[in-house]
Amino acid sequence: MEKLQCQCGHINPPGTNLCESCGRSLTEKEQNSKLVDMRYEGTARRSQTYNKSIIDKIWNFFSSVKVGVGIIVLLLVAAAIGTILPQKAFVPANTEATIKEYYADTYGVVGQIYHALGFHDLYSSFWFIILVGMLAISLIIASLDRFVPLYKSLKNQRVLRHPSFMDKQRIYAEGPGAEDTLKKAEEKLSELKYKVRTDKNGLLAEKGRFSRWGPYVNHIGLIIFLFGVMLRMMPGFYIDESLWIREGETRAIPEVPGYYLENKNFELENYSGEGGEEIFGEALDRVGTVAKNYQTDIVLYKKKEDALPGAVDGQEVVKEYPIRVNQPLKFAGYAIYQMDFRLDELKAMTFSFINKETEESFGELTIDLIDPKKDYELDNGASVKLIGYYPDFSGFENGEPQTATPLPNNPGFLVKLFTPDTPEGETSFITIKNTVEPLGENEYKLAFQSVETRDVSGLTVRKDSTLPILGLGGLIFMIGVAQGMYFNHRRFWIQQKTDGTILLAGHTNKNWFGLKKDLNQVVEYASLPAYTDQQDEIEKQEKAEKEGEVLS
Amino acid sequence: MTLAEISSSLLYVAFVAYLIATFVFGGAVKGNKEGTFKSESRWGMVAITITLIGFAANLGYFFTRWGATGHAPLSNMFEFTTAFGMTLVGGFIILYFLYKTPVLGMIVLPVALLIIAFASMFPSEVSPLIPALQTNWLAIHVSTVVIAEGILAISAAAGLIYLLKVVDLTKKSKQRMGLEAIMYSLVLVLGFVVASSFFSLTGYEAEFTYVDKESKDAAVTYTMPPLFGMNDYVALTDDAMTPLVEMPAIVHAGKLTTVVWSILVGTVLYWLIRLVFRKRIAAILKPFVKNVNIQLMDEIGYRAVIIGFPVFTLGALIFAMIWAQIAWSRFWGWDPKEVWALITWLFYAAYLHLRLGKGWQGEKSAWLAVLGFIIIMFNLVAVNLIIAGLHSYA
Repeated sequence: MEKLQCQCGHINPPGTNLCESCGRSLTEKEQNSKLVDMRYEGTARRSQTYNKSIIDKIWNFFSSVKVGVGIIVLLLVAAAIGTILPQKAFVPANTEATIKEYYADTYGVVGQIYHALGFHDLYSSFWFIILVGMLAISLIIASLDRFVPLYKSLKNQRVLRHPSFMDKQRIYAEGPGAEDTLKKAEEKLSELKYKVRTDKNGLLAEKGRFSRWGPYVNHIGLIIFLFGVMLRMMPGFYIDESLWIREGETRAIPEVPGYYLENKNFELENYSGEGGEEIFGEALDRVGTVAKNYQTDIVLYKKKEDALPGAVDGQEVVKEYPIRVNQPLKFAGYAIYQMDFRLDELKAMTFSFINKETEESFGELTIDLIDPKKDYELDNGASVKLIGYYPDFSGFENGEPQTATPLPNNPGFLVKLFTPDTPEGETSFITIKNTVEPLGENEYKLAFQSVETRDVSGLTVRKDSTLPILGLGGLIFMIGVAQGMYFNHRRFWIQQKTDGTILLAGHTNKNWFGLKKDLNQVVEYASLPAYTDQQDEIEKQEKAEKEGEVLS
Repeated sequence: MTLAEISSSLLYVAFVAYLIATFVFGGAVKGNKEGTFKSESRWGMVAITITLIGFAANLGYFFTRWGATGHAPLSNMFEFTTAFGMTLVGGFIILYFLYKTPVLGMIVLPVALLIIAFASMFPSEVSPLIPALQTNWLAIHVSTVVIAEGILAISAAAGLIYLLKVVDLTKKSKQRMGLEAIMYSLVLVLGFVVASSFFSLTGYEAEFTYVDKESKDAAVTYTMPPLFGMNDYVALTDDAMTPLVEMPAIVHAGKLTTVVWSILVGTVLYWLIRLVFRKRIAAILKPFVKNVNIQLMDEIGYRAVIIGFPVFTLGALIFAMIWAQIAWSRFWGWDPKEVWALITWLFYAAYLHLRLGKGWQGEKSAWLAVLGFIIIMFNLVAVNLIIAGLHSYA
């Protein structure tokens, strides 16, 4: 395509509608219209100019508002579909097979179809991510396509415009003026906070040009936000680990080298409806128990710099803190949240070693359920040997006791009991509910005495280095929205011909009411000719024609 | 009188004031020959004064309840929905002083009344906060959202007035059907209020046990005669009506019963209105908008969106994300409420692009504004009551 030379001599890039220098209409369409299209100052937008190569086609596709809105609507519909049934993260199943089963069992055929289409994990599906990616591309291309020419044009705009540019503005006036008209107009416009530039016999008054950048600024904010979200997939930016920690335990914090956490106490408190809470009585009666507080009192340790690995006293206390919901522990860029808990996990069981007949006792032994000892020495030469420990006993398989999980939910002990009378030992299998004597009737047994329990706190360890980027994106978005929506770009062009005639044109990107209010003041002060709103005139004319048709 | 009782009385005062103001605004509109009010009529003045008294009582309700509960009254369905009715009226009052449009009051006030009445059907006793809600972010996040939604709803009201004025009701068209569908849905809300109030005044209650979708035993209390039975239900109340149909476990038959009763009562009400007036509800309202300046309505609708959209972004996305990061350790988790907030935001983003980029002004814009309100109501009602998630506080 060729560059366009205007009658005024200025050479415009191909695709320009209004001469960058004087504002003359360069296309037939513009020449024939009553008002010029000022949306992008009549500049040459790449998307409106080239449509040959594949790159042109892609560029044009993504720079279209129609396509952008289309992507928004597709995202909106997809997002809505994802809420018809719960996403897989909210379903009480963990493996692919059980999840599939859950959807089929709970929601029948609908659930099966939903699962088969991949809607159970819609927001991480490749097509949803591609849609978000397309939105990002559209944001970038559509912004560049408009911003670059608009910026150039507004930066280089001249004070003096061709009369054909001025009389095709929506606000226009032509009429006689006095000698000092221009000067007085300049005064008043400056007073109204317009930036006024003059050139020979004309002036250009401008206010709020920055509001034109609003849309591009808010799009930059969104792009930064999406970039931040993408960055989380990079290693090192994002950590999400869970940490189950029992009361009294000290554990290394996963993915946080050199730090340890001790759980001193976990507490669950419910509303009692008493002591200042009487006001909640009615609600508590209706719904039952309501939790008031989940809290883990922790001590945070850090390995000393010079400590040898595994040294007992190689840790220093960094902080003691009660972690509660809404009050995570924060340190060194990490945060630890109260997320879950298990109350009253079995900690240790105490048995009494007795003779079944005489009930004579050889003393008691306590078995730690997390880290049990193998051998226990008791009074009068009795001893117990723990041959096998099954923390979550689930039954026998081929005669062997099995454990379902490593958690002490239903502990089973295979023990051998020794006394001076039975030096070769008696074998016994003990669970909470009963005792089995697999190798024949025994003389001695372990009688259950007591159990110790403790709470387990479920914490989440989190690091998210992208948060500042997301925050910045959000902030820029909000600034851009305010900039574009609450301010507007107003301009007046005034020229005085040699015979004293005044030409006046006005333009704003929005809020014509405000523009007219400004102009009325200038007209009065500088005795400018009365202006008309040419769009209103055109509409009135069209309406009259329409009514005329109806009448005839 | 305790603070909580004072609070309830103030809400009642507000309700009655809005009810009276609705009719006075109606009168002000009828007596008015111009669309825009350069100066307001005497009736307009009376109506806005009553509205202001109601709004003051409404604010009084809000802050006395805050005092009584010790937390911002925005923590459950009753509190949030009531606040939504209040911000809707607040938004209208601001616009009234800018544009002097009594016709907006005639539409906004009854909708606000309907919303407050709807809210009152939910348990309204003072309830304690669960740990996740015990933070100032409750007040910050939820109040911003409720203000934004109030403002955005104003744009729907302006849109509705625009449509009442421009849609030709004498000829059969999609537009006429759409408009009447909006009226019908508003009457259905009234149906819900009437049905709930009736059965609660007569003290209807029926208890059942059933087997839920996870195959566990559960219990349910019906507050309306059970049209639908829960999966494998057993009646515990002796004289309870036998449900007509038993539903599979994934359908909550108790909620379905409430919905169907509301539709039944609402439909009866709708046809009663049609029978009495012998015309469509839209047609009943049409004479009131005869003198409306539609350009002004278009402008009000657009203004409401450009104010509401940034406030919504701030409250429903930015503040929401900050709080979610603090309370739940992640700023976004695709919880249904979060998703529907995003959907609302995307919708208004599309509205703005279509309006500013594609020239969708006037009628198209008005339809979109009404659709936006439907999305907001869906997020408020359906997402809370039907789709289970972290935000199901009702």
